[in-house]
Amino acid sequence: MSITTYTVIFYLFAAITVCSAAFVVFTRNVIYSAFSLLFTFFGVAALYVFLSADFIAVTQVVVYVGGILVLLLFGVMFTNSIMQTGQKSEVLHIFSGMLLLIGMIGALLYTFYTTHSWMPSETTLQGSIVERIGFETMSRYVLPFEMVSILLLAALIGAAFLARFDKSGK
Amino acid sequence: MEQLTTIGLNHYLTISAFLLGFGLFAVMTRKNAIVILMGVELILNAANINFLAFSKYNGGMEGVMFALFVIVIAAAEAAIALAIVINIYKIFKSVDVSSIDTLKE
Repeated sequence: MSITTYTVIFYLFAAITVCSAAFVVFTRNVIYSAFSLLFTFFGVAALYVFLSADFIAVTQVVVYVGGILVLLLFGVMFTNSIMQTGQKSEVLHIFSGMLLLIGMIGALLYTFYTTHSWMPSETTLQGSIVERIGFETMSRYVLPFEMVSILLLAALIGAAFLARFDKSGK
Repeated sequence: MEQLTTIGLNHYLTISAFLLGFGLFAVMTRKNAIVILMGVELILNAANINFLAFSKYNGGMEGVMFALFVIVIAAAEAAIALAIVINIYKIFKSVDVSSIDTLKE
């Protein structure tokens, strides 16, 4: 793949990610936000492939798009009736919010582009890293791996307990 | 021009800064609890892009492993938060976070 094609594809995915993220926060309709978030997650997954983290990209698609986004859509449908017209969500602090948005992005970009350039390592990550993730998970990170599995199990059981419908003693 | 055409660390950091700003904006200005959750997810994705970008240009595996754990924690967080939101809806008949003021006199 030539360097120009690579660059063009990168900018395409970057534009998809940033524009759909902007649409998520600027549209008033909750359903539109949820579906626009789908494109943001896919764009971010594509950026992970550019960062040679293909396993993380697949995990992103499976967990975020297949799990979290469906969960968010269920939340939207539980708490808004689709038929009613007033499913626009209210906004408040719009001025200070814009100030925070512009100030945050401006300050970060100013810092990134005016300070001295980064010095990348000689051995950047190249190619697929699935095998290295497997080795790391089972050697250096085996304790956090087991802990996070127990945490996820406990959190999901707790979520199912909190959200069930007929509480006892009704 | 050369800085625009060769994709480097700054490009990823720029995208991440935009996602972080939009996420903060959603958390700050929205009243709907679910859109606030979407903003939190955007912030977590911005952090993940930063982890992976620094990991790629540093050549180590630390950022990759951290990003993996961030995704797992985000899944747990989304499940718990939505359970709480559904309970709030059952009690207050709304997910408007500024109307939940039972503790306020």
